[in-house]
Amino acid sequence: MKVGVLQFPGSNCDQDSLHAFATVLGVPARLVWHKEESLEGLDLVVVPGGFSYGDYLRCGAIARFSPVMKALKAYAGAGGMVMGICNGFQILCEAGLLPGALIRNDCLEFRCETVNLTLAARREAWQAPLGANPLRIPVAHGEGNYRIDHAGLAELEANDQILFRYADRPAAIERRGNPNGSLSDIAGICNREGTVIGMMPHPERAVESFHPSRDGLPILQTLLKLAGHR
Amino acid sequence: MSSSSLPPNPDPVLNVSITPELIEKHGLQPEEYDHIVQTLGREPTLTELGIFSVMWSEHCSYKNSKPLLKTFPVEKKDTSRGYGRVMVKAGEENAGVIDIGGGWAICFKIESHNHPSAVEPFEGAATGVGGIIRDIFTMGARPVLLTNSLRFGDLEDATVKRLFRGVVAGISHYGNCMGIPTVGGDVVFDESYEGNPLVNALCLGILRHDQLQKGAATGVGNPVYYVGAATGRDGLGGASFASRELTEESQADRPAVQKGDPFMEKLLLEACLEMMAIPGLVVGIQDMGAAGLTCSTCETAGRGNAGIEIELDEVPQRETNMNSYEIMLSESQERMLVIVQKGREKEIEDVFAKWDLHAAKVGEVKEGDRMVVKQHGVTVADLPARFLTDEGPVYEREAKEPAYLAKTQAWKPDEIADLTKESLAEALPGLLGDPSIASKEWVYRQYDHMVGASTVVLPGSDAAVCRIRTGEGDKFVAIANDGIGRYCYLDPHRGGLIAMAECLRNLACSGAEPLAMTDNLNFGNPYKPEVFYTMKEAVKGLSDCCAAFDVPVVGGNVSLYNENHRGAIDPTPVISVVGLIEKEADITTQTVSAAGQKLLLLGGWPDEIGGSQYLQTVHSVKTGRAPEIDLAKEKTVHDLVRQVIREGRVKAAHDLSDGGLLVAVGEMLFAEEQNFGATLELASASPARWDALLFGESQGRILLAVDSAEEETVIATAQAAGVAVQSLGKVTAEPILSLRTGGSLDHSWEVKNLRDIWSQRIGKAMALPGLPS
Repeated sequence: MKVGVLQFPGSNCDQDSLHAFATVLGVPARLVWHKEESLEGLDLVVVPGGFSYGDYLRCGAIARFSPVMKALKAYAGAGGMVMGICNGFQILCEAGLLPGALIRNDCLEFRCETVNLTLAARREAWQAPLGANPLRIPVAHGEGNYRIDHAGLAELEANDQILFRYADRPAAIERRGNPNGSLSDIAGICNREGTVIGMMPHPERAVESFHPSRDGLPILQTLLKLAGHR
Repeated sequence: MSSSSLPPNPDPVLNVSITPELIEKHGLQPEEYDHIVQTLGREPTLTELGIFSVMWSEHCSYKNSKPLLKTFPVEKKDTSRGYGRVMVKAGEENAGVIDIGGGWAICFKIESHNHPSAVEPFEGAATGVGGIIRDIFTMGARPVLLTNSLRFGDLEDATVKRLFRGVVAGISHYGNCMGIPTVGGDVVFDESYEGNPLVNALCLGILRHDQLQKGAATGVGNPVYYVGAATGRDGLGGASFASRELTEESQADRPAVQKGDPFMEKLLLEACLEMMAIPGLVVGIQDMGAAGLTCSTCETAGRGNAGIEIELDEVPQRETNMNSYEIMLSESQERMLVIVQKGREKEIEDVFAKWDLHAAKVGEVKEGDRMVVKQHGVTVADLPARFLTDEGPVYEREAKEPAYLAKTQAWKPDEIADLTKESLAEALPGLLGDPSIASKEWVYRQYDHMVGASTVVLPGSDAAVCRIRTGEGDKFVAIANDGIGRYCYLDPHRGGLIAMAECLRNLACSGAEPLAMTDNLNFGNPYKPEVFYTMKEAVKGLSDCCAAFDVPVVGGNVSLYNENHRGAIDPTPVISVVGLIEKEADITTQTVSAAGQKLLLLGGWPDEIGGSQYLQTVHSVKTGRAPEIDLAKEKTVHDLVRQVIREGRVKAAHDLSDGGLLVAVGEMLFAEEQNFGATLELASASPARWDALLFGESQGRILLAVDSAEEETVIATAQAAGVAVQSLGKVTAEPILSLRTGGSLDHSWEVKNLRDIWSQRIGKAMALPGLPS
């Protein structure tokens, strides 16, 4: 098992993702510079969060032209496991590896907070480890408002591609469950095969004792398991 | 000394003789100019005059504050715990460095961007963050956290809202993109800051001892590189702009505000750290912050006791036909000056090529002591470097006690009525809804405070705590910012003492041992004797407290000329103390976690009302004397709190500050997932005045929440230490805060209502029509 974490100019959750896999989970992992042209030997590729190319033009719009993206498309096309987190999710949408788009949060501000997520997909690989309880996972983004046309949404639903939805939060303090106004409360999706995944929340920020929760662990472990089954 | 005149500048516009008007326009005093002419043995050129104007501005030279700054303790005496030694002292380099043990060190500093933020809040605040980050990675450290202290006028004012929104968005933009978490800070609203907001940004980085870099140019013949963004005409003369009062015309100074590009800085950060990781390559490095190329060249030469020569044609430029004055005074962001070992040019060039950044060889280190600047091969400036950096003017300004102090200090509490049942019922929600006390969630939810996956205590508690990954076990640093202008206005010496003491108290509540302090002195025009008096006294207060707690000052910044149409802002020394927590288990937060926990008050019943937020919020007066403070007593309480935390007896700890006892209890009940309640038994207090007990801000008070099984032990430990301790009551699952006074003041509040007021106050004020919050 070997995990690769892509590193674009402006990536800034690359080290956190590497730390979660390599140190917390003890899985061999390495950084992959965006000018590399091969992903050979990797079982899971993580496209991490950050501000690739400063998010200039549009989030992820420039990163998709990086040399490594050609390799990533081939890798995903061959059924390789890919996980895009936050800016990584935006890049995967821009690159056409996932459907839809992520636009500005409806509040027009950056949001950093811990949200509740529910597993929306009925996929067996995810149901068993995550179950029905809400997961508490941090978000931190200015553009996490997921959008897709009606036909696209219907297709996501029909193919069980909506992986995570934002859920309500405890009543102690009045906060919206959905931090960005995303369509149908979508927080994360996958391709039909379930091998390319994108999510706005950061599971790598919920893996250690002092994090808001350790609910990111079963998410990362499920990815590793799926990667191992290929 | 060279007394021969320089050749004509290639740009004829610059070939003018220096008139008294030009001298004044450059913010120099006539006697300062005379000193320049005497030392040079000739008239300076216009380019040279520009160089003097920025180097001898308050921002760069500290000419009006140096004598005061010299009173700060700069070394830690007791390093017996194996950490705390000051490795780089205040003023020696871009930022101070402190040993945290195990071969690791931290480096941190605070800096202001007040005037730029007043004129252009988004870019002003953003570039303030960018500048302080560069100060930290210049030292070889990887920046791991940011905090900030912000001061604004009345939140109901439309201009204040515009400034507040812009500043927060600017900080958020820059810090988030850099991937450095903004983990804490403080925000205060007071009309004294109207039109002159304070924006003080802090960055902290970590490094191994062997990664430390110096900003000195040494080794004759070593090449001088310019790396990072290209130079434009932005930010011309920003340092001298920051060293004047803001006026109506300041809006026309917008070109003096720089524009930031955090993506460029992120690349610069990674490229610089990669370059510095190559053994022996870098000789010296300095960021181009205030005064840009000017400051970085003469300071590196000055520190290295060497000469330096640069050719401006080699400087990457993003505008055409820039003359030497413009290039030397530009404050374009995201640039650094690097001196590397001769013969190893390819190594630095390869690193910067990887990151697609400029690395241009612009000059080299020379024999002697001159800073020589050429353009098109023509010498446009030729100055003794140390004359610019170390021999600038220093003034001991006149200090005079302001007349208002006699009046405010004579104020007696009997001028206002004590609480009634009705006024008490209103006072607590009133205080919790004061924007200075209310939750700052609207602010920090816009900052990525979790990137780095190392934030242990999130914003909103007494101190933020972050994990430091060393590869050989984790360490934890705690950081808090403080500085109450109101206290300094009413009693500058006590205000200084309290700013520091409160910050230390915040750290004690988090379980941390203090290491060192950085300060940002925000005051009005130092030429006004009343302003200088408050600065002198406040600095004395800070210094006295630092000495008493053995907490050295390792650097900081001075921002003067903070004035609006009414006069000077409230004197506001903002300080930040960093502490160390050795064990994760000792990290403590301010919210209670279970019903049945007991609340204990350490330090005795509060009994002063002067200078309180209560007087300001409820009675609309800023008067009385700031609370008394006894440093020895304060220290005993802090030590006790750390002791019982380390013994594992404390579930929550929170200091009494703005708003006093009831506000502190309220804040402890607002847990992340749940509202708790509490029943407070105060009948035994029998105070002279209930407002002083419930809302007074007497110093040296800390509230603890402990399991009932630990209550007796903690009380006994406190008594043995000589600390007054009161059992206040217990935490309840039912979210009701009940006060039992043994008399007519008994009252209960729904905690949900209190929390809604506290948590929504700022968000409601800042809500935009038609948008979800």
